[in-house]
Amino acid sequence: MSDALIGIEGISKRFQTLEVLRGVDLDVNKGESIVVIGQSGCGKSVLLKHLVRLLEPDEGAVFFDGVDISSLTGRRLIEMRRRYGMLFQSAALFDSLTVAENVGLGLTEERLHSEAEIERIVDEKLQMVGLSDVRDKNPSELSGGMRKRVGLARAIAGSPEVLLYDEPTTGLDPITADMINDMIVDLHRKLNVTSIAVTHDMTSAFKIADRIVMLYDGQVEFDGSPDEIRNSSNEVVRQFITGSAVGPIQVR
Amino acid sequence: MESGLTILGRRGVKFVTKLGGIFLMLGRFLVALKELPRSLGLVFEQLYTLGVKSLPLIIIISIFVGAVAAWQAAYQFKFIGAPLRYLGQAVGKAVVIELAPVLSAIVFAGRVGAGVTAELGSMRVTEQIDALESMGINPIRYLVMPRVLACLFMVPLLVVFAIFIAILGGLVVSVIGVDVSSETFLNGFRNSFQVGDFINGMIKAAVFGLIIGIVGCYEGFHTRGGAQGVGLATTNSVVISSVLILVFNFIFALILFRI
Ligand SMILES: Nc1ncnc2c1ncn2[C@@H]1O[C@H](COP(=O)(O)OP(=O)(O)OP(=O)(O)O)[C@@H](O)[C@H]1O
Ligand SMILES: [Mg+2]
Repeated sequence: MSDALIGIEGISKRFQTLEVLRGVDLDVNKGESIVVIGQSGCGKSVLLKHLVRLLEPDEGAVFFDGVDISSLTGRRLIEMRRRYGMLFQSAALFDSLTVAENVGLGLTEERLHSEAEIERIVDEKLQMVGLSDVRDKNPSELSGGMRKRVGLARAIAGSPEVLLYDEPTTGLDPITADMINDMIVDLHRKLNVTSIAVTHDMTSAFKIADRIVMLYDGQVEFDGSPDEIRNSSNEVVRQFITGSAVGPIQVR
Repeated sequence: MESGLTILGRRGVKFVTKLGGIFLMLGRFLVALKELPRSLGLVFEQLYTLGVKSLPLIIIISIFVGAVAAWQAAYQFKFIGAPLRYLGQAVGKAVVIELAPVLSAIVFAGRVGAGVTAELGSMRVTEQIDALESMGINPIRYLVMPRVLACLFMVPLLVVFAIFIAILGGLVVSVIGVDVSSETFLNGFRNSFQVGDFINGMIKAAVFGLIIGIVGCYEGFHTRGGAQGVGLATTNSVVISSVLILVFNFIFALILFRI
């Protein structure tokens, strides 16, 4: 085991007969910004969920700060999860709460901040994602892209050390998407947040990544810098980043 | 081709798994209770929503339950030649120890239990429960505990309402349809009323409430597969709670009401 912040060691995951992950290895160092790419359905969201133990691997293990997270229980599991912020692909907003309550829930439940402080943090985060005017609406009244951004505000509300973004810019117009990219880059540069983002948007990937990882066929097919991936001669990688229907990747 | 035995075996395994899961949910609920103080706000919120949701229906049903109990008792009395002054006693006993607790619980299962499952089920399939967990919030404490407690307290409270209203319904039928005076009916009820019966009725009601809450949450938590899955879980929740209520009711009869 290395001294990486997050260590994914040979994890495999099956759903009934469907083998999604088949021995994925990946180390993420503190302060790194990683982008995970791969075909739709290849297991990117499943991989992210393993990091906070929403799913448990059939084989292999996930380490956080040197500790096998499958050994954590009770308070220690909660503490581990609070060091993460996660944006779900579907945003997964709580539809019984308002936008502001969604963003503030983690802080409210943590009970370390006063109500006024939480209000201030919520407003600040909503402003960062460009949504100050919807704070008292219900999630059901928002557009898909707006929900995504509320999810993003919620993920960053607790000032986590690690951010997991599942497709942060899908469903956004190019201008808003760029604003979100800037925000992700900012969080990473200024606050030294470690981040793992899943995206299909190669513009976004090149903008925010120090390192790009490609999942293919349940394994890590490529792991390298944005420059390395641009110049890669790997057929699978080339096909993916140029977005071509012809090549070794079959659309299932 | 599968043999009938294989299918039966698989059904059996499923049944045992489910029962185990329900017990596990009960255990997790009990563990979460130690964090009750910080979740009191959530509990009161649920008490209000779940109670208000079912009160009107309980009232309507109780009127007719009391009415039919009085009518059918009178019909039987006539058949065996028993004096009608005992009508109040017969109706009172039946309502306090059986009709009010069981029927209120079944109504509550159909309305509130189903609602809890649908709500938690849709939270499950839209990843809201995952989101809670990822934020370090224990969904058992945040979602399950308040709902189960609300069911546990609300069913007995509704049963008290149901008893009053059903007796009223029985009284009206006795006076108008059977020609028993209201004094005779109420005297009969008063004479037969025993605090012990009432307490036993309340204990039953609380256990039924617990069953509805735990089964409702269990089914919600284990929902999979979109809107269709939510519908299926909701049906299961009502069926399982109703069956368990009737089974436990019989067990209670054997334990609490010894012949
Ligand atoms: N809870 C689950 N139960 C059963 N199968 C699942 C579950 N979660 C994911 N899968 C399956 O695992 C595979 C990978 O899913 P995943 O959501 O990780 O894909 P993805 O790479 O994120 O795709 P996309 O880019 O479309 O979001 C899919 O085939 C999916 O059907
Ligand atoms: Mg995905």
